[in-house]
Amino acid sequence: MSISRRHLMGVGAFALLPALGPEAWAQAKDRLVIGMSLEPPVLDPTKNAAAAIRSIACPSIFESLGRIDRNGEIKPGLAESWKISEDGKEYVFKLRSGVKFHDGEALDAAVVKFSVDRLFAADSTVPAKSLYTDIEKVEAVDPTTVKVTLKSPNSYLLYNLSLGDAGIMHPKSAATNDKKPVGTGPFAFKERKEGDSIAIERFAGYRDLGDIKLKTIVFKVVKDPSAQVSALLAGDVDTFPGFQAPELVDRLKKDNRFAVVVGTTEGEVIMATNNGKKPFDNLKVRQAMAHALNRAELIDAESGFGTPIGSHFPPHNKAYIDLTKTYPFDIAKGKALLAEAGYPNGFEATLKLPPVGYAQRAGEVLVSQLGKIGIKVSITQLQWPQWLSEVFKEKNYDLTVVAHTEANDLDRYARDGYYWNYDSATFKARWREVVAATDFTKRDELLKDCQRIIARDAVNGFLYQLAKIGVWKKELAGMWENDPSPSADFSGVHWK
Amino acid sequence: MSAFLARARRHVGFQIGAVLLLLFVGTALVSVFWTPYPVDELAMRFKLRPSSPEHWLGTDHLGRDVLSRIMVGAQTSITVGLIAVVLGMTVGVTLGAWAAARGGWVDEALSRTSDLIFAFPAVLIAILITSVLGASARNAILAIAIFNIPVFARVTRGASLAMWSRDFVRAATAMGRGPIGITLRHVLPNIMSVLIVQATIQFAVAILAEAGLSYLGLGAQPPVPSWGRMLRDAQTYIFQAPELALWPGLAVALAVLGLNMLGDGLRDLLDPRLRLMRVG
Repeated sequence: MSISRRHLMGVGAFALLPALGPEAWAQAKDRLVIGMSLEPPVLDPTKNAAAAIRSIACPSIFESLGRIDRNGEIKPGLAESWKISEDGKEYVFKLRSGVKFHDGEALDAAVVKFSVDRLFAADSTVPAKSLYTDIEKVEAVDPTTVKVTLKSPNSYLLYNLSLGDAGIMHPKSAATNDKKPVGTGPFAFKERKEGDSIAIERFAGYRDLGDIKLKTIVFKVVKDPSAQVSALLAGDVDTFPGFQAPELVDRLKKDNRFAVVVGTTEGEVIMATNNGKKPFDNLKVRQAMAHALNRAELIDAESGFGTPIGSHFPPHNKAYIDLTKTYPFDIAKGKALLAEAGYPNGFEATLKLPPVGYAQRAGEVLVSQLGKIGIKVSITQLQWPQWLSEVFKEKNYDLTVVAHTEANDLDRYARDGYYWNYDSATFKARWREVVAATDFTKRDELLKDCQRIIARDAVNGFLYQLAKIGVWKKELAGMWENDPSPSADFSGVHWK
Repeated sequence: MSAFLARARRHVGFQIGAVLLLLFVGTALVSVFWTPYPVDELAMRFKLRPSSPEHWLGTDHLGRDVLSRIMVGAQTSITVGLIAVVLGMTVGVTLGAWAAARGGWVDEALSRTSDLIFAFPAVLIAILITSVLGASARNAILAIAIFNIPVFARVTRGASLAMWSRDFVRAATAMGRGPIGITLRHVLPNIMSVLIVQATIQFAVAILAEAGLSYLGLGAQPPVPSWGRMLRDAQTYIFQAPELALWPGLAVALAVLGLNMLGDGLRDLLDPRLRLMRVG
């Protein structure tokens, strides 16, 4: 009995195969499965700071006034053009006409005013609120013209308004965007399987529908690096745009079905140091630690992926200057500085690590490197919620390792009460000049000065710039090799 | 004693267990004074090397000698396991003996409490404790010790109750000895063999628990070598260097197997009539 049943099932399966084959093949041409390491808590970038939200929803679902292109430059988004007044305080945006939301609502100046007002309102809970607090008011001049007035000039405003954080949302759907996002982007939200995947589908009402080749994009959550490799090899996932396990890259390179592309990110990996706590409040101690850093060894632990940095600034930026030699690797010098600071026999310190691969690896290397100048470091591993409360909020730590992946994040050094407890009047003054600069060449010079100040002050241990390791099937075209912002633009992606 | 040795000579399981335990303890002792390489010495140029005459078990992802780390890992296992079992045993035996001697509501309360602790999976309790108190070797010891308490309390209570109904204990009671005196003089010495066997088995359980907690990042903190931690690190490199997972895995398996065989052997040898229920 059981034999005949098994036999029958076999026949059935074979009979189905030819029928499924061509269809499945045709489907693969406009369907893309993207692997993600982290699952977004919600899908609304104005409700939560998680980077995963931006790499799914921005700008595929939510578009902003400007659009950051693959080189990090600002291109027209929902605004087709803009004018900035002489004094840098007035921005007039001309909106595209005929733009529709996924639910059929139309985009006009009133909708944009609503969205931007939410960002800087006194009771705003938007995670990136501080980026927009220079805005004084937003006016809908006519249905396609919006005027934004600033309290003081802010040279980053255009960039900030192009981020996913400033995604334009409709008053009708704003409250439910976390579960059921409705935007103007080329893809509309289709379904979410909690813990597994999120699917988006081409929006038939999109203005440049002809440019969008993909019909469906599925974001599949695969947390474990080894499982990510298996998913790629088995063909369950077409790409990991941000593959997070450098140690496994060799395995994928061997497989000629995949392209492995190494690009850059905005992520600076730093050994964050509590500048407000003894003995780290002593400049000499921080300088001694800087001399103890051997960046080549740290990058080696990342299988060679990463670019050494000497300050908190990405090497691909025009304004970057190489400051890795400010305090070159020199153990004798480090020991001498520690002795000068009053710690001839070193001291004990704790290193609180978040549960991510690069931090864990860098942690063990740092214990060894700091050990060589006499600092006895012990590691405590934390989960993300613990790290956020103990280290980031309560500032109860000596040292930690973390990647700062936001773009233009030098402003953290000017913030009061940020978790490094760094307080420098010189830096704050210089940063105010950066923000107020209307001439971008002058701004670059000021940015270089900012980099020098924090490098000289050895605020944190500046380790290396995270590489973006993109893995995708060779037939896939149009993927971005670099990550110039936390968003991910798939509008140009297609199968060859 | 000579009768014990004569029987031990015929008990193969006991002998294998004893040899494995000697190997385990021996490795840990040697590693206190000597390891092939300094245990935390990084050598990036030599990372992920397979076994070779220089590095018998190869090197890990930071170029550290795996054999040295396995040896020191044995130290970590023994330290955590031993302290946890001794702590759990001290408290557990005291409570169990008290429950048996006093009876009544004390017995009832202690028994129900231990039932309650048993109802929770041990590892869950351990994760709970280490995430509240923070991850460290000390808290891992504490967590393992806590779930050892009811095990010893229960075994002690059961064995002691049997003793309390024996004639010589009744005689001692009739002579006016107090419960503490009787427990120390008559009850505990007579249930020692049961406790030794249980301690051996719990030691194995504790080593496994330590490896599990370290694997989850809740045990001994890096760079202190720990077998569980080594397994976790090796998992990342499973495609490049699968043998990295083999060595710590083998070490845990052999140590636990050895202790279990020794425990079974001791039980057979010390009291052939005794068939202990395995707890934990």
